[in-house]
Amino acid sequence: MKLDFPRSEPTLMKGNEAMAEAALRVGMDGYFGYPITPQSEVLEYLMIHGPKRGSVILQAESEVAAINMVYGAAGAGARVMITSSSPGISLMQEGLSYIASAQLPCLVANVQRGGPGLGTIQPAQSDYFQAVKGGGHGDYRLIVLAPSSVQEMSDFVVEGFRLAEEYRNPVMILTDGALGQMMESVQLPEQGCLAKHVPSWATRGKAPDRERNIITSLFIQPEKMEQINLELQAKYQRAQKEAAAETFRTDDAEIVLVAFGLASRICQKVVDLARERGIAAGLIRPITLFPYPTDVIAAIAERTQRFLVVEMNAGQMVEDVRLAVNGKRPVDFKGRMGGIIPTPEEILVEVERLMVPAEV
Amino acid sequence: MEPKKNIDGMDLVYSRPDTLIDTATHYCPGCGHGVAHRVIMEVIKEMNIQEQTIGVAPVGCSVFAYHYMNVDMQEAAHGRATAVATGIKRVLPDKFVYTYQGDGDLAAIGTSETIHTVNRGENILIVFVNNGVYGMTGGQMAPTTLPGMKTTTSPFGREILTMGHPLNITSLIAGLPGALFVTRQSVHTPAAVRKFKKAVRQSFEYQKLNKGTCFVEVVSNCPSGWKMTPVESNKWMEQNMFPMYPPGDLKLPPPGLN
Repeated sequence: MKLDFPRSEPTLMKGNEAMAEAALRVGMDGYFGYPITPQSEVLEYLMIHGPKRGSVILQAESEVAAINMVYGAAGAGARVMITSSSPGISLMQEGLSYIASAQLPCLVANVQRGGPGLGTIQPAQSDYFQAVKGGGHGDYRLIVLAPSSVQEMSDFVVEGFRLAEEYRNPVMILTDGALGQMMESVQLPEQGCLAKHVPSWATRGKAPDRERNIITSLFIQPEKMEQINLELQAKYQRAQKEAAAETFRTDDAEIVLVAFGLASRICQKVVDLARERGIAAGLIRPITLFPYPTDVIAAIAERTQRFLVVEMNAGQMVEDVRLAVNGKRPVDFKGRMGGIIPTPEEILVEVERLMVPAEV
Repeated sequence: MEPKKNIDGMDLVYSRPDTLIDTATHYCPGCGHGVAHRVIMEVIKEMNIQEQTIGVAPVGCSVFAYHYMNVDMQEAAHGRATAVATGIKRVLPDKFVYTYQGDGDLAAIGTSETIHTVNRGENILIVFVNNGVYGMTGGQMAPTTLPGMKTTTSPFGREILTMGHPLNITSLIAGLPGALFVTRQSVHTPAAVRKFKKAVRQSFEYQKLNKGTCFVEVVSNCPSGWKMTPVESNKWMEQNMFPMYPPGDLKLPPPGLN
C-alpha cells in the first residue's frame, strides 16, 4: 500500500461522503451511479459537488447501464468510479467481467448489505466470495480492498485508483452499510495527490501516427483467448506483492482472530477483553482481500495455537484462512448473518469456549 | 490509401476510403452490413473526422465491425452499446461517437439502454440495422420478426398469441423528447444508399450542435437467415418488411437548425 500522500486537516464525515470527496480530490473524471441503500449518499454528494469541480456525474437507468458507462468512459482513458450495494453489484457482474477482460482500470465500491435476494439494508459481509473469487463469468479477479474506518474509506479511493491504473484492472472497495453511514474524523487526501496520465491504449480518436485503438473482450480464437487468460493470471501474480494485513497483539497470542472490515473493529475489542481475562488473544486484519495476505497468516500459524475467523456472513473468508493455515492449526468460525452485527461479548464467549477447558 | 489514377488510361473515380480497412468481411454475400459500414466510413472520410470519432460495436453479426472500421472502437456487451457510448461521449464531449447495432442487440436485450440513452438526449448517432432475425446465432426470432415469419425459434411462423408482436422501436424512439433526428432507410438500391448516406452525414453534422440523439434505422435483408438469394431477399424485404417498417423520416430537427 502507498498511503504516504498528503492529507488535509481532520474533518467529520460519513464514510460514503468521505469516499465521494476523496474521489473528487483525486481527480475522478466520471462517476456513474444508481440509487440503492445504504450508499445513495455517494451519488447525492457527487451531484452537489462533482459537476462544478469538473467531474461528470450521471445517474443511470440501472446498475447494468451504469457499469457499461464505466466501461465506455474507462476505455476512453478517463478515471472512473462506480458505487453500489449488494443487489446492485450483482447486476454489474457482467460488466465487471468485460472490464476485467478488456483490462480497463476503474474503481468500484460495494457498500454491502445483508442478503441473499433483496435482503436487508443492514450491514453485512456476505459478498466476500463474489468480490474476491471473480463474481462474473470467466477466470478473472478484482483487486479488493477492505476498509475498517472512514479514514480508510477515503484513503482506499486514492490507493484504489493507483492500483487500478497500475494493473489496468478493476479495483473494489469492499465495505458495508455501517462504515458507509457512520461519521468519524477523517483526513482527506490533498487535491491532485495522484498523478494522471492519458493511456496510449485509450479510444480518444485515432491519431494519424498510430493504428486504431480497440477496447474489446472478444477473442474468438481459443489460442488468443488462452493467451489473454495467461496475461491476466500473470498480472494477478504480479499483484501478489500488494497483499497487506495489519496485526494486533499477535506476538504472544495463543488464539488469533482473523477478521476484515467492520468485524475487525469488533474483534480488536474482543482481543482486549480476552486479555483482561488472561487469554492471550491477537488479531489479524486482512486489508487486501485479493491478493490475500496468505503469508502473514501462514507465518503466525507457525507460533499460535489456533484461529477464530469472525465474519458477518455464513463463513466465506474462513476458507482462505484455512488455505493459508494449511491444516497446521485448528481454524474455527463465528459469524452472524442477515445484517446482524455481532457483539464483542458473544465473540468473547466463543474465544473462551475454545481456550478455557471445560471443567470435568 | 490514395485513389490510383490512370489505370489503363482511365481515371479511377470510385474507390475504398482509407477509413474502411482493406480486408474481406465475414458478412454473407448480399448482406446489407457491408454497404452500411462503407457508407458510414465514407461520411467519416468526407467530413475528415476520423481522428475525432469513436465507434461502438454491438453483439450480433456486426460484433466484428471494428475489424473493418478504421477508427478507435469499443466492443460493448450485448445490448449495452448506447450505455458504453454514453460513457465515452460524457468524458469526451467534443468527439463524434456512434453505435452500430442490430435488432436483437438494440431492441431486445438493450431496449432499456436504447430508450434511456435517447431520452437523455445523448449527443451520439445510433445506427440500427434491422433485418428481423438474430443472424450471428443462426437466424432465431428477433423482436422485429414479422407475424408469421419463420425463424429457427419460430419454426411454424411467429405466432402473435404466444410470441408477441413485432416491436417497432424506431416509432417509440421518435416519440422521445431527447431524439433530434429519427429516420428509417435501407441500402438495397443505389437510390436508397444515397439517402442513407445523407442521413448519416446529417447525423454527424447535427452532433456538432449538441442538440440530442440521432437515430438511423436501416431496414436490411438477411439472405442466410431468411434462406433466400440476395435478390429474392431484397424483394421480400420490400414486400414484407417495408409495410411494417416503412422507410422515411420519423422525426426531423426543428426548422432553422444548422
